[in-house]
Amino acid sequence: MEVKVSGITKQFDRFPALNDVSLDIRSGELIALLGPSGSGKTTLLRLIAGLEQPTEGHIFFGDEDASHRTVQERNVGFVFQHYALFRHMTVAENIAFGLKVRPSAKRPPKAEIRRRVSELLDMVHLSGLEKRYPTQLSGGQRQRVALARAVAIEPKVLLLDEPFGALDAKVRKELRRWLREFHDRTGHTTVFVTHDQEEALELADRVVVMSQGKIEQVGTADDVYDTPNSPFVFSFIGESSSLPVTIRDGHVLFQGESIGIDESGTGEGELFFRPEDVALTAEKDALYGKVTTCRRLAGTRIAEIDIANNGHEPYHLEIEVPLNAAVAVGAELRFRPTRWKVFGKK
Amino acid sequence: MSETASRTSPRPFRDPASESFPARLALIAIAFVFLAAFLVLPLVSVFFEAFRKGADAFWEAIVEPDALSAIRLTLLVAAISVPLNLVFGVMAAWAIAKFEFKGKAFLITLIDLPFSISPVISGLVYVILFSSHSVLGPWLKSYGIEILFAVPGIVLATIFVTFPFVARELIPLMQDQGNGDEEAAISLGASGWQTFWYVTLPNIKWGLLYGVLLCNARAMGEFGAVSVVSGHIRGETNTMPLHVEILYNEYNIGAAFAVATLLAGLALVTLVLKTILEIRFGAGNAAGKH
Repeated sequence: MEVKVSGITKQFDRFPALNDVSLDIRSGELIALLGPSGSGKTTLLRLIAGLEQPTEGHIFFGDEDASHRTVQERNVGFVFQHYALFRHMTVAENIAFGLKVRPSAKRPPKAEIRRRVSELLDMVHLSGLEKRYPTQLSGGQRQRVALARAVAIEPKVLLLDEPFGALDAKVRKELRRWLREFHDRTGHTTVFVTHDQEEALELADRVVVMSQGKIEQVGTADDVYDTPNSPFVFSFIGESSSLPVTIRDGHVLFQGESIGIDESGTGEGELFFRPEDVALTAEKDALYGKVTTCRRLAGTRIAEIDIANNGHEPYHLEIEVPLNAAVAVGAELRFRPTRWKVFGKK
Repeated sequence: MSETASRTSPRPFRDPASESFPARLALIAIAFVFLAAFLVLPLVSVFFEAFRKGADAFWEAIVEPDALSAIRLTLLVAAISVPLNLVFGVMAAWAIAKFEFKGKAFLITLIDLPFSISPVISGLVYVILFSSHSVLGPWLKSYGIEILFAVPGIVLATIFVTFPFVARELIPLMQDQGNGDEEAAISLGASGWQTFWYVTLPNIKWGLLYGVLLCNARAMGEFGAVSVVSGHIRGETNTMPLHVEILYNEYNIGAAFAVATLLAGLALVTLVLKTILEIRFGAGNAAGKH
């Protein structure tokens, strides 16, 4: 099922949580809504589910306008951040709930419900735990019960709110891989919310980067990492440094001097580059600064550099240097970005 | 502990927040003596007085027609007011815990009102509302409906006085539980009623039972408000507490205490049930934490 979000605005007490947001989600896609807290990602998820009503705009499920459909009518599977399992029901009863509450005409017979439940338990690797209560399960197990419960109603779309947020790092990694497999096997259109970029980049077909109630960029992991389209995306995804620069005659000038890289356009802008995208150089026209710390990080070495700023607080940035390069704390280092982007120029 | 002793053997560890043994003993003893003097002694004396003239006299006082009528009326009043307050209480708690609306703080204050004013005043309010000098009283009377000095008035006064018990018990519980489970239920396709029956009600059942229990105890034991609106018509508008008072005023001490034992028995049963509920409720709460 395709989901189309069209011009959605959501206001809470005059404070806009979402501002004119549009998004096309393809059928069978696994998509991540990624952003810092307060970016509106959970609100967007809840709007798709129908747990919130948009102030403006429409949400389409396929060709059908679902904006004014109730949660029940939308038939979405929603996995809540803290799972919201019914604590007075066993695992099996939790999973069967969505089938049991169907109107009698659409309700499967008891034996059929039992069969579906055991099938789902098998699918989430929880067979044998059907008689347990949620409090008798580990966090990861609860997570999978919540997922089985959501999938049991054969939803058109599967929505997950911070699905791994409450789990420890190891379980998180396992479940992440497991969810990917689960998605590939079942083919549900799946949207999940996360603030963990690693999770989003690793898991999703496409990542929706959000900030302050707006979508900043939609793209694959490669797109958002390699070609960020805004200063926010550049600094939010991965590590990056930024410096104020001026572009004149096709050259990038920092503090009025050429740093040996070229860029189209003109005027003032913000130069962004990643720590790994720099090369040390001996030439004069380059960035230079004093090494304040140098530390080994797995296969690389990270140098922290202060660049003087006319008596103001120096610019502080981090770059990767080759392991064999002679880098001494206190020494001056010259380098140029090898891949970069300038935002804000004309 | 002396210097030498502390040098040879380390002092036994004591929880820094707790008191020394004698202090604890003294506090516990005072608590018990106080409770014995002010609660247990009167309770025992009630039973003692009731049976002073033997079991036969006790039984006679209970099966006496006026006493039976008072028992029937008390049960009737409780049977009407407790279910009504159960429904009102759940609705009010639901509204307060689950929705945001203007006037919410005012509603909470209103719910507490019966706790904060004297029951006698509560009774008087109904006298003013339904007396023959009021607007409502004569109008209702023209339809043959008697409120004051009749069962409806007693029921109304009891509902008023016992209203807060269920709501007060449920509001913090439901606020604590939030909307998560309900949202999960509706996202799975459950209707509003199904969500209430299958999800909300099981989540609040222990708190609800607890509230109902307290509400019932108060409904059966209420004296002040009921006394004002009842009119003390023997065999008609006397509830058990009122009947006890009448017997007592007539120096029929034995009979008064005999009927009083029923109320005291109710209190004991309530206490036991309440303790059982608290254990269940507490365990349920602990288990409910994820």
